[in-house]
Amino acid sequence: MTVDHPGSEGAGSPLPARRDTRLDPYIGTYAERTHGMTASAVRALFAVANRPEVVSLAGGMPNIADLPLESLGGAIARLVAEHGTRAMQYGAGQGEPVLRAQICEVMAEEAISAHPDDVVVSVGSQQGLALLTQVFCDPGDVILCEAPSYVGALGVFRTYQTQVVHVAMDADGLDPIALREAIASCRAAGKKIKFIYTIPNFHNPAGISQPLERRREILAIAKSEGILIVEDNPYGLLGFDSEPTPAIRSLDDGAVVYLGSFSKTFAPGFRIGWILAPHAIKEKLVLAQESATLCPPVFSQYTISAYLQNFDWRGQIKKSRELYRERRDAMLAGLQAHMPPGTSWTRPGGGFFVWLTIPAPLDAEAMLPRAVTARVAYVPGNAFYADGLGTRHMRLSYCLPTPDQIIEGTRRLAEVMGNELSINAIFSNPGRPRALHPYEAPGPDQR
Amino acid sequence: MNSPSVLVLAGGLSHEREVSLHSGRRVATALRSQHLDVIESDVDSGLVERIATAGEVVAFPLLHGEAGEDGSLREVLALLDVPFVGSIASVSRIAFDKSIATRVVAGAGVATPVQVALPHEIFRELGAASLVAALGEQVGFPMMVKPSRSGSALGCSRVDSPEQLPAAMVAAYAYGQVAVVETFIEGTEVTVGVVDRGDGPQVLPAVEIRPESGVYDYAARYTPGATRFICPAGLDDEVADRAAQAALRVHKTLGLADLSRTDLIIDRSGEPVFLETNVAPGMTETSAMPLAIEAAGGDLGDTCAALVQNAWKRGIRAMNPTR
Repeated sequence: MTVDHPGSEGAGSPLPARRDTRLDPYIGTYAERTHGMTASAVRALFAVANRPEVVSLAGGMPNIADLPLESLGGAIARLVAEHGTRAMQYGAGQGEPVLRAQICEVMAEEAISAHPDDVVVSVGSQQGLALLTQVFCDPGDVILCEAPSYVGALGVFRTYQTQVVHVAMDADGLDPIALREAIASCRAAGKKIKFIYTIPNFHNPAGISQPLERRREILAIAKSEGILIVEDNPYGLLGFDSEPTPAIRSLDDGAVVYLGSFSKTFAPGFRIGWILAPHAIKEKLVLAQESATLCPPVFSQYTISAYLQNFDWRGQIKKSRELYRERRDAMLAGLQAHMPPGTSWTRPGGGFFVWLTIPAPLDAEAMLPRAVTARVAYVPGNAFYADGLGTRHMRLSYCLPTPDQIIEGTRRLAEVMGNELSINAIFSNPGRPRALHPYEAPGPDQR
Repeated sequence: MNSPSVLVLAGGLSHEREVSLHSGRRVATALRSQHLDVIESDVDSGLVERIATAGEVVAFPLLHGEAGEDGSLREVLALLDVPFVGSIASVSRIAFDKSIATRVVAGAGVATPVQVALPHEIFRELGAASLVAALGEQVGFPMMVKPSRSGSALGCSRVDSPEQLPAAMVAAYAYGQVAVVETFIEGTEVTVGVVDRGDGPQVLPAVEIRPESGVYDYAARYTPGATRFICPAGLDDEVADRAAQAALRVHKTLGLADLSRTDLIIDRSGEPVFLETNVAPGMTETSAMPLAIEAAGGDLGDTCAALVQNAWKRGIRAMNPTR
């Protein structure tokens, strides 16, 4: 192995011919939609965030440690022993009828009246979202989303090459005035709006909820404009302080597609969610589901069915609510105790998330590696925007860490922010200039 | 000579954890192809106990980022009498600190950028405005601002005008007490590996790096296909030889062992200019070092096995100094 540098590929050279490579022989053959699928330093950091040394305020993982695991194990054993040949066989593309009927009972908790025939079981509501986007959207079609919006939904919309147009929120969620303006603006530009994607309960990431009156307003706008609403509702039963607000779908069965999930109220590992859709849409979704998976996981469906039938799932959700309320309180107390002046945050009435607005000129994305070094993790706000905004925000989740860990996490985070502010003060740095935008923050209900 | 087990150390808690795990897996697979017994281990609170129960091992550190490259992990391995592949702790510490390594290699005749290294306290004490102005005058624009001790371009910024400098200093100081401000060198980016299989350091063919986006950032480094690697680099013979000599001189001057990878910019005049050197070069599917080993006609498994043998021999010599 010696140094010899042929200026060109030449016979007789002691070195092999020059290799000009991108280390991927298939680089020229990928679909255009993979264009944005690149390695990301932020995603790499989440590999660290899951280590036990780090207080992760990043993930949206539910607490499942308090589920009745032993008796669940027994129920699953019985399922295999007594119904294994059915539970481990292929099933219906639309999902198992027994579970679809039970799903209607779950939705009734939020005032939804539905027939099992209109329910399509999906591989988590994430796949429901993908099926809907596949069925409705051509490249360039517009989807109206709250600003900020769920990062997983933005990923699906990007994959299908749609254009996400963010719509401002206020303290009551999606802002009707901004919604009308966005619709008018898109139409004036000749764009096709395919649906409004909204998370009305305990919004991910903003942590705020739409009161019933706001839901009526949004529905009225959507109906008058002839635009479908996609209502994503994984957290609706996880409110701390009141009865569930009726779902938008409960107000109209023709203008709304509803996405539900067992991931937050039971366990995400089974990957079972559902779509409740008007008949014609449902028919297309079933065909799309059969094409995608043949059938959603049958064993998972029967397991969840057994859980709903044999366990006090309402009581379990009530227990979870109390646990998450305690953690929410710890988060709010930790923030109050430690955050530097100029920081503000939402006060969620349920769900998993607080949306934090940090003082200028801090940049949540740039700060993340330092935070992880200080053993605390969060999700930078720009992950929840399709247009790069949001770096002065972050999502903090309180669902998985214990109250003590949450308070320690907020202390570590505040220390990192304090160090950054102190260094900034030396240079009196105005920070990276950023365009102000009306939907940078979700609303005036902060702090 | 008996072959010890090889303890491939990868993971850790830096943002390069995933990259490190990829490097670890690739090296572990390569070593197994040489019929070596390989144990893969994370670098966590269980490591010391794992080492204590592992029997005779040679460690192969593939931890990237601070603890992996600043000598910390290597100090621990030495403390536990575990022979390991690569440079010792004190040498790694020097190599990892750009403000020190740059001066040392410049003293040995390797071209380096004009560099100023300043701790942030000095800005606090003397006032930032005047020092920032002086930096602009002395170093000139465009310039690079970097944390003195940080891996993988974290906290590094190119600065084209005076008003961008404070923000760049802030970004660099977020990673440590000392920042280096250097002239920005336009030219061809190459990286040159050096491997010592036991018969002295040998330079590998330079790898030219051409990120498709124009910037060799995280996405360009670790997304397959995002960067063109040309190996041997498209340099004329004389320039290629100078780059090789520069990398070799860096390796020897800093006292690096077994393997290193030195990043250079070939400036417009054909001069290789030192940027930094790496004691734990990446070994992933998109890393330059394995590519250079293959381009030199070598085999990754065979090379890694030779490095393990080096480390094992060093360990035996340390235990029996008279042999």
